[in-house]
Parts: sequence; structure tokens; C-alpha cells
Amino acid sequence: MTTIDAKELDFTKLNDRIRETAGDLEIVNCLGQRFIADGQSGRTITIQGVPGNALGAYLNGADIVVNGNAQDAVGDTMNDGSIVIHGNIGDAAGYAMRGGTIYVKGNAGYRAGIHMKAYKEKVPALVIGGGAGSFLGEYQAGGIIIVLGLTGKKIVGNFPGTGMHGGKMILRSDCKDVRFDKGVTVSPASAEDLEAVSSYLKEYCRLFNEDYEALMNAPFTIVTPDSSNPYKQMYVAN
Amino acid sequence: MGIEFLYPEFEVVRNDARCIRCRVCERQCANEVHTYDEEGHVILSDDAKCVNCQRCVSLCPTRALKIVKSDCTFRENANWQPDTIREIYKQANSGGVLLSSMGNPKPLPVYWDKILINASQVTNPSIDPLREPMETRVFLGKKPGVMERDENGNLKTELPPQLELSMPVMFSAMSYGSISYNAHASLARASKELGIYYNTGEGGLHEDFYVYGPNTIVQVASGRFGVHKEYLEAGAAVEIKMGQGAKPGIGGHLPGTKIVGDVSRTRMIPEGSDAISPAPHHDIYSIEDLRQLVYSLKEATEYKKPIIVKVAAVHNIAAIASGVARSGADIIAIDGFRGGTGAAPTRIRDNVGIPIELALAVVDKRLRDEGIRNNVSLVVGGSIRSAADVVKAVALGADACYIATAAVLALGCHLCRTCQTGKCNWGIATQRPELVKRLNPDIGSERLVNLMTAWNHEIKELMGGMGINSIEALRGNRLMLRGVGLTEKELEILGISHAGE
Repeated sequence: MTTIDAKELDFTKLNDRIRETAGDLEIVNCLGQRFIADGQSGRTITIQGVPGNALGAYLNGADIVVNGNAQDAVGDTMNDGSIVIHGNIGDAAGYAMRGGTIYVKGNAGYRAGIHMKAYKEKVPALVIGGGAGSFLGEYQAGGIIIVLGLTGKKIVGNFPGTGMHGGKMILRSDCKDVRFDKGVTVSPASAEDLEAVSSYLKEYCRLFNEDYEALMNAPFTIVTPDSSNPYKQMYVAN
Repeated sequence: MGIEFLYPEFEVVRNDARCIRCRVCERQCANEVHTYDEEGHVILSDDAKCVNCQRCVSLCPTRALKIVKSDCTFRENANWQPDTIREIYKQANSGGVLLSSMGNPKPLPVYWDKILINASQVTNPSIDPLREPMETRVFLGKKPGVMERDENGNLKTELPPQLELSMPVMFSAMSYGSISYNAHASLARASKELGIYYNTGEGGLHEDFYVYGPNTIVQVASGRFGVHKEYLEAGAAVEIKMGQGAKPGIGGHLPGTKIVGDVSRTRMIPEGSDAISPAPHHDIYSIEDLRQLVYSLKEATEYKKPIIVKVAAVHNIAAIASGVARSGADIIAIDGFRGGTGAAPTRIRDNVGIPIELALAVVDKRLRDEGIRNNVSLVVGGSIRSAADVVKAVALGADACYIATAAVLALGCHLCRTCQTGKCNWGIATQRPELVKRLNPDIGSERLVNLMTAWNHEIKELMGGMGINSIEALRGNRLMLRGVGLTEKELEILGISHAGE
């Protein structure tokens, strides 16, 4: 495994170095460098520190582990692979991701999972251990968003699922105090609903040493869109 | 009927003496206007379904058909025009937002038509492009401020990535989904043959067209449809779509009915699901955020491809373009308010944005004033209709033009402005296989090549007339332009003198 010391490297130099190396990689002293591992595939990249915005954008199969927090736009338009964040994450995590998985131990900022997609066997998943900010899953078109509320922060901010027209959200809460937008169906998750996502929940517990039984001992809510054609009736031909 | 009734806009006029009952019109009309009546041995036409696309007129072997505008109309009223009244009725009937296609048809000023081009007389002789070399080749991308060479004369300066065009025109973005497979095939093949580029729009790139990658601009829009590593690597450049001239400030909805088969696979969304491109990119709230997307694309493509940022021409376009030029973009594309679309809310299309001529003039001036004009190339679109428009645009400061409406006209479009129905009888704005096959890509690409070849020759003739033999010497050469019938203010904004001055 190669190690790169990111201290005093700007993002262009650091990313050049990443592209020059092959195989598994560790980056130490990472401090805010953007665009790390964009479009990478077929390797594991472990980051000690805090990577900057757009970590793993267009990720194409690589596995990224961050031992720290991460900033905005993690996994933007990600196609495949995995990103594991041992901390909190900024805004717009998993924007338009269409494959792979993102696991966040702690909280997520605004607009997590915005415009996530799915197509046939490619079903992306975003699992947030803590709470998520407002506009979670806005325009969600596919995939699975799971929020577990383990950090004590409110499970989700305002207007989750605005414009949602595909996929599903599983929230570990009764969601009585959550203000959903119109256009989504909110109901208690059934045993089958939870069974369908149990592999993601177990993986979260494995990654972050949580107890699965304890995790499941709570109410869960499932959110699904009412229509895959939300704007169909809005127009008249002119 | 009754209060909801709207009298048909067009009348199908059939010369019965010429009609041979071959029923071509019936088979060709996806709107089902024509039906054959066995008993009476006549063909009947339902005017109410006609969109005036002229398909039946063009294919009638005996020229028995014509489509005319109905003279059954409302009482004349200069304030309440028939279109306005009909729109009110449609909305009162449905409660719907009016949805239209193609560019703004309103009689708003077309500045190209009020700008005249210079020619040499006596001094500075004109050049005959048939006998003398003329250069219409352009390179799009950031130009270095200083060129350094080593002791052997080799270039030391690392050149930023450039797009090389044989002439200053490209086919602008039209997504696979909004237009057909055969329309994309025609554009791709023609671009390769011409040495120019076409643009995927925001619908991804069909796997069959990866071979045309060196002549393809791949687009990344707010919905990120079909965007992945191979897609970004396939294109010669990547365009970030921030806005579109036909609908500034809003996104796009490709209805689920058009998300079928290959379109679904190329966009990577399920069949029948709406493809929603939100109005903003939800990670872009500032020039700094735009810079982040520009650089994430540069990183993903290893700085090998120019990044284009496309914006709609709006009121503060000069300041916006100045910001975009500082975002790291290599090329700025500006789309004027007469630009086309597969579907846009009528009110937005007809009322939002500004003419491309004015936007181009102020952007070029602003970037020059700030000393950053060479940091970016400028590409303009939004109704470039002819070689003369191209020459005027270049003289106003553009590096190249984007055309789309002119390109689809070459493919057979008759501007009936009903793309949103998905029933395009010319096989362009449709995904119905029986309609798509009507557009033969061999013929389509040949017609595009014809059009561009003709334009390029006209560009050379216009340049030659001015005594200019290189497009580089025309760019921003506003002395070659004069206005007619324009106010002081308009001339000031365009940065040109009035004819006679």
C-alpha cells in the first residue's frame, strides 16, 4: 500500500499523485483538499483527516474510507463503489448518485441524497447514522436513503422528499414531528420493508460497531413517492 | 363542444380533382387527421387534429393538399389577439400551465436584421475565396497570455485544452429523448464529416455514438442524466448546463411517456419515470460553487478537456459571464431568448431573457474591459439563422455559434412547434419507432453537411468582401458592422455605429 502525505499539497498536486499511483492507497494529513478520488475505480483509498468538497465525485468502483469528517458533495454523481465516513458529512451528499453505497457514521447536512437515481440492478444507497438536514432526498428518483438518528440530532430537518418521484426513504423514527412535503406517502415501515434494507443496516452496524438488535428496537418510517410522473397534470399544450 | 370548443387553427384543403385516394396522407399523419371513407371513396380530414407540420403536403404525390390558416376567427381586436384569447380558453378549460415548443415566435426585435456588414471598395481590396486561401478554422479554449519557447524554438508553455473547429459553427445541445436516435445519428455523423461538434444535451450518450466521441460535447446538467466516468471521457469537451435561452431560470421535465427503451437506458432511469432536471444545480449557489463543479469535471477528465459553461442570456449577463470566466471555465456558451426547446412553459419562453445580440455585445466588452477575454472563448446561440448571422456574431465578438433550430430544419422540421406531443411526423422529436425511421441518418447527415458547407462558403464570401481572410481578424471587429433603424442606446450597447457614420 502506498502512503501519500497530503500536508502542504494543494488539490491539484495531491490528485496528480493519487492518479500516478496504483493499488491501495493511504492519504495522511488530509486537510480540505477537494476532488479526491474523482472517478477512481478498482482500489481502496483510506484518508486520515478531513477531505474537501466533491470527495469521490463520479466514483467508478473505488472504495473510500475517511477516518474523520467530510465536507460537501461527497459522492456527487457516483456510479459505483463505496464511501465510508467515520464522522459527519456536509451538504448535498450523494447528489445524483446512481450506484454504490455511502455510509456516514454521524450527521449529514442539507440536501443529502438529492436526485438519487436507480436503473435496473443499479440501486444506490445512502446510510446516515445520525440526523439529516432539510430537503433530504429532494427530487429523489430512485435508490435508498436510510437515516438512523443515533446521534440525538433530530432525524431530519424540514421538507424531506420534496419532488420525490422514485426510490424510498427509511427513517428510524415515528416522524411525528417531521414536516413532509405533499406528494409522498409516509407510513410505519413493515417487517418486510425493514427486511428489504436489512443488509444495509447490518453493514452499518458492522462498520461502526453498533448493536443490530438495539438498532432495530425502535419505530421506523418508510417514505415513498405518490407518483413517478409528478408533473403530468400540470400542463396544457399550446 | 360548447363553451370549451376552440375552432381549429388550420384547415386542410384537398383538391379533390387531384386526389388519387392513395392514402399516403392517412399513413403519414401521426395526428390522425386523415381517414379514408370506404363507402364514399373519399378521404376526410379532421382539421382539429392538424398541427400544420406539412408532412402530408410534402408527401402527397399529386400536390392535392395544402394547409391554410383558418379565417374563422374572433372579432378583430388589437389588444386581445386571437392567440391570447385561445390561451385564456385553454387555461380556463384545463387549469394547466401553457406548454410550447421551439423558439419564441413573438414579433420581438431581431437585431441581426438591423445590423449590416461592410465591404471593401477601392482600397484594401476584397478577396475572392474561390482563388485565395481563407481561414475559417477556430480553436475554442483558454488562450495563454504569454508564449514561451526554449532555445530550440519549441513551445515551453503548456497549452490549455482546445476544441478545433473547421468553421465557427457547432450543433447545440438537444438530448436523446427530446430528439430521436436517427436525429442524433445524423448530427453525430455530420459533425465528424465537417470537423465540428454536436452536443448530447442532458440525456446521456447512446452507446452506438461513443465512436463519434472526438466530435461530441457531453453535457452535465442539474439532473445529471447519463453522466458517468466513461461518458465524460468519451466527449471532446464537457458542457455544464446552467441555463437555456428558451427557458432561463427553470429546469426541464422530459415526460415519462418519452422515457422508453434506449432513452431510459441512456439516461439511466426507469421506463415511464419523468426525467426531472431541477431549475438550479443544487450544489451551485455562487461562482465559487460553479468553480467546484468545473474543477471536479477537470479532475475527472484529468485536465484534458475544455469545460464549457452554458448560461441563458439574461439581464445581468455581463456580470454573470465575468464570474463564469473566473470559475475556471474554458468556454462560455450564451443562449439567447429566441433559442429553441423541445418543451417550455409558453410564458417563460416568450417573456424571459434577452436577445443574444445584445448579450454577446455586452459580454465581449465586459471581458475585454476586465482583461480576461482571452481566458475564455465565447460561443453564442439562440437563433442563428444564416451565415450572415454567424458573421455578425463573430464581428460582435463571438468565437463560434451554436445552431439547433437551423439544424433540425435541415433534418425536415417544419417548425410546427408541437415537439412536446412526441408525435413528430418528421421523425425528429419523437421516440415512436415508426416515426423515427422516417428520418434516414444517411440523408439527414448529408443535408446537415450541405447546409454547413454552404454556410462556410458564404462566410468566406462575406469575409472576402471585407478584405478579411481569417476569421481571427473578424472576431470582435465591430468596425465591420453598422446599425440601421436603431436608437442611440441600442447602438451604444451593440458597440457599433449607425449606417452612414
